Amino acid sequence: MQPKPVALKVLDVASIILLAISTYLALVFAPTELVMGDVQRVFYFHIGTAWTALLGFILAAVFSVVYLVRKDLKWDRLQVAAIEVSLVFFLITIVLGSIWARPAWNTWWTWDPRLTTAAVTELIYVAYFMLRQGIDDPDRRARFGAVYALIGGLSAPITFFAIRLFRTIHPVVIGGTNPEADGGFSMTADMRVAFFFALFAFTVVFIDLFWNRIRLGDLQDKVEQLKLKVSM
Amino acid sequence: MNKAMHGIKTTQKHFAAKPSFLRAVFAIVWKDVQAEYRSLELVSAMLVFSLLVIIIFNFALDLDPKMRQTVTAGVLWTTFAFAGTLGLNRSMAIEKDRGCLDGLLLAPVDRSAIYFGKAISNLAFMLVVEAIVLPVYSVLYNTNLFQPGLLMVILLGSIGYVGVGTLLATMSVQTRTRDILLSILLFPVVLPVLLPAIIASNGFLAGVELADILFSIGLLVAYDVIFIAVAFMVFDSVVEE
Repeated sequence: MQPKPVALKVLDVASIILLAISTYLALVFAPTELVMGDVQRVFYFHIGTAWTALLGFILAAVFSVVYLVRKDLKWDRLQVAAIEVSLVFFLITIVLGSIWARPAWNTWWTWDPRLTTAAVTELIYVAYFMLRQGIDDPDRRARFGAVYALIGGLSAPITFFAIRLFRTIHPVVIGGTNPEADGGFSMTADMRVAFFFALFAFTVVFIDLFWNRIRLGDLQDKVEQLKLKVSM
Repeated sequence: MNKAMHGIKTTQKHFAAKPSFLRAVFAIVWKDVQAEYRSLELVSAMLVFSLLVIIIFNFALDLDPKMRQTVTAGVLWTTFAFAGTLGLNRSMAIEKDRGCLDGLLLAPVDRSAIYFGKAISNLAFMLVVEAIVLPVYSVLYNTNLFQPGLLMVILLGSIGYVGVGTLLATMSVQTRTRDILLSILLFPVVLPVLLPAIIASNGFLAGVELADILFSIGLLVAYDVIFIAVAFMVFDSVVEE
């Protein structure tokens, strides 16, 4: 077995430290928001996880295309790693958003475009894993996975636009204002520090998990091959 | 000698002449239509299922005249979507079970001809079912569903639904969990068809001005074009052995 690369070990430690600092910044350093109070502090992690999860889903769609062109299983392992980490991050985004929504919108859940698209996207990638589970042949699994991830990656943004046909109450804090939005606020300088640090920290955590998951995929692959060798 | 050579040449020519793309597509559609005409397996199952769904909705939603105005489009599209998976699953399972798909793949035609052939026949079956469900619904609930706008939305929505559905059904029948997988794969990605279709259908039924519905119809057309193009490009990797 190959030992863990030093760079990955360093990244593991770095992401733990960054996450700790980011937690401090979000919970202690950043000022309390005037209207919503302390609950607004989930915002930093809400956006941090959302941004990295979306990054992962977009990466996965790109890996699909590369896999379908090159047919190299390496790209399939990258894709699974990206989707698996993103699926967890996106679930955290939804749960945190729900916690924030309860006091801000007076409800845990509302059928707003972003929320609905988030739920549907989460389901698309759960279906992705169910599809993969039903296939034994690694090549076919990779091909079907790539096709479905591509279709899902294209469908999710269209879902968003389709649901936009209804009105939205989700606030757009960064860039753009929606007069009908509820729970929006403008950030002070200290909030901005906490916000951008959270974005940075979660990006590093994502890269770290992504890397670890790719390594796990490679090792799984080796175990499969060794098993085949022993059985033959 | 000369005669023999000539004979070889013509046979070579005969083998070399690849059937044109459209003829291949048409051949697959014709095969499906004939098989369906003789067995009526697919259409009858989809039809009976659709009627049952409508009856269940009648009790679930208590479809009184006032309620009907707002939920008719939703009931119709839910019915079509549910019945559609039944047909798609069966249509691809028949190909897979008796090794027919392998036979089709051996044919010297472009693989995407198989996709378009299957998609067109699936669409035809779905339209037949819709053509029977619509008048039945009209009679049962005393609403006139025969408006050109609504029919166009149903056609556009069915094209998108079948376009993606045929691709995903081809994948799902090749997995271990094939009977349950298709709806789980299909519904989340086909949502962008169902949503504008329901909104546009509702609009036409409520007599909303065309300008207000145009965006939904645009979305439907965009989805149809994008996803049929993608399915056309990736179908090769779905049937590859």
